[in-house]
Amino acid sequence: MSATRTLATARRVLRQLAHDPRTIALLLLVPVLLTVLLYYVYADDRELFDRIGASLLGIFPMITMFLVTSIATLRERTSGTLERLLSMPLGKADLILGYALAFGLLAVAQAALATGVTIWFLDLDFAGSPWLLLLIALLDALLGTALGLFVSAFAATEFQAVQFMPALILPQLLLCGLLTPRDTMQPVLEAVSNVLPLSYAVDGMNEVLRNSGVTGDLVRDIAIVAGSALLVLLLGAATLRRRTP
Amino acid sequence: MMNSAAGPAVHADGLTVVRGGRTVVDGLSFEVPRSTVTGLLGPSGCGKTTLMRAIAGTQAKVTGTLDVLGHPAGAAPLRSRVGYVTQAASVYTDLTTRQNLEYFASVLGLPRAERRGQVERALADVDLTSHADALAGNLSGGQLSRVSLAVALLGSPELLVLDEPTVGLDPVLRRDLWGLFHRLAAERGTTLLVSSHVMDEADRCERLLLMRAGRLLADGTPDALRARTRTRSIEEAFLRLVDTARDGDGEGDKGGKNEKTDTEETR
Repeated sequence: MSATRTLATARRVLRQLAHDPRTIALLLLVPVLLTVLLYYVYADDRELFDRIGASLLGIFPMITMFLVTSIATLRERTSGTLERLLSMPLGKADLILGYALAFGLLAVAQAALATGVTIWFLDLDFAGSPWLLLLIALLDALLGTALGLFVSAFAATEFQAVQFMPALILPQLLLCGLLTPRDTMQPVLEAVSNVLPLSYAVDGMNEVLRNSGVTGDLVRDIAIVAGSALLVLLLGAATLRRRTP
Repeated sequence: MMNSAAGPAVHADGLTVVRGGRTVVDGLSFEVPRSTVTGLLGPSGCGKTTLMRAIAGTQAKVTGTLDVLGHPAGAAPLRSRVGYVTQAASVYTDLTTRQNLEYFASVLGLPRAERRGQVERALADVDLTSHADALAGNLSGGQLSRVSLAVALLGSPELLVLDEPTVGLDPVLRRDLWGLFHRLAAERGTTLLVSSHVMDEADRCERLLLMRAGRLLADGTPDALRARTRTRSIEEAFLRLVDTARDGDGEGDKGGKNEKTDTEETR
């Protein structure tokens, strides 16, 4: 592992994005616009907007970073640049951390904008620190990046890669407590939701919504999301092979 | 380094590669001497790319002996000493030419102070200085493949493995690139292994490896090959060798005889 190569990779990914301003605009603005839409949908139920709004702040980063990373790494695999990089003195960790760093940075910008608009313009009523919201959003984005990197190994085409989104992310979305509180779910579904990382991201967001301090539950939620992201990043690293058939 | 500099750049003995249950490279034994331009010629699908991938260390299921610059192919110390250019341009089309080169220069671990000079030299080598700040995706196919070649020139690798670098290029560009290959060998001591399925490129190489169906048909200088087969062109020599190999296998069937007659008529 080398800091120079990790930073160079992150810089390269950001430079690629810089040539694609439309993607950046979509990444930054879509979450904001969707939250505004939600605000008007729940115009007469503020409490519901607070709960769903906070949950969405944890869900957007994961979905967008999943999509961006799975397509970006699939392109690396199909264009031959991945093979070229792995024939050079680049560590697998350098590549993965470079991607995580670049997309993590983008996720921070995305989450800062969405959180800022939600708090100051849409008056989302929450008790905790906005920094904690940002931290959870960042970890969530890293989880999305990790999952995207991992599934890109199993996708031969862009069509397959985008289909992994509904396959991997939608079940987590349905079970994360956004639609129904998790403890009121059918026991089997609750048990499943207990092993899905997005559940803890949404739980964490709701902890920050309700409590002004850092609770034990919040620490647990943050640790689980961070741990899952790390685990999936390692799995993603295992799919990178210097020698291929 | 001193020890490994003495032997050949590539040494293969009984080299075999299996892909998808099929033996694609079948028991090759050959050497590529240092500081030469060696051509790897043969029809499409004969195993050239697989052999090159094996030498570059990106091919799985390689058996037999394959030493590159004194190390087993694919060994970690070789990753900055061997440059490999695939047939498709392996560069980022959403970066400029210079941004591509800067990134790969960092990946190769070139010291920061040397990077700029190396990037400029690689640009000049492939004659793309005027397109340095163009988005790679906006370049023509020939220009894009030269960006890919420029990446491989960074850090002055001792061995360059080039998979069909001149295919589809116009004659002037092809001549210029072959000129560059010989300059690299003569001035920088680089060893080049260049593949092509166009037989008339054979005379641009000092040595030739002729391949067909995963096997080596011949190994030597173009002149020696022509003399041995008593032919005037490498294409004829290739056909003669194919026929000889068939007869040797006892497969002198109807198809083989027809092909032989065709060869006679061409002469």
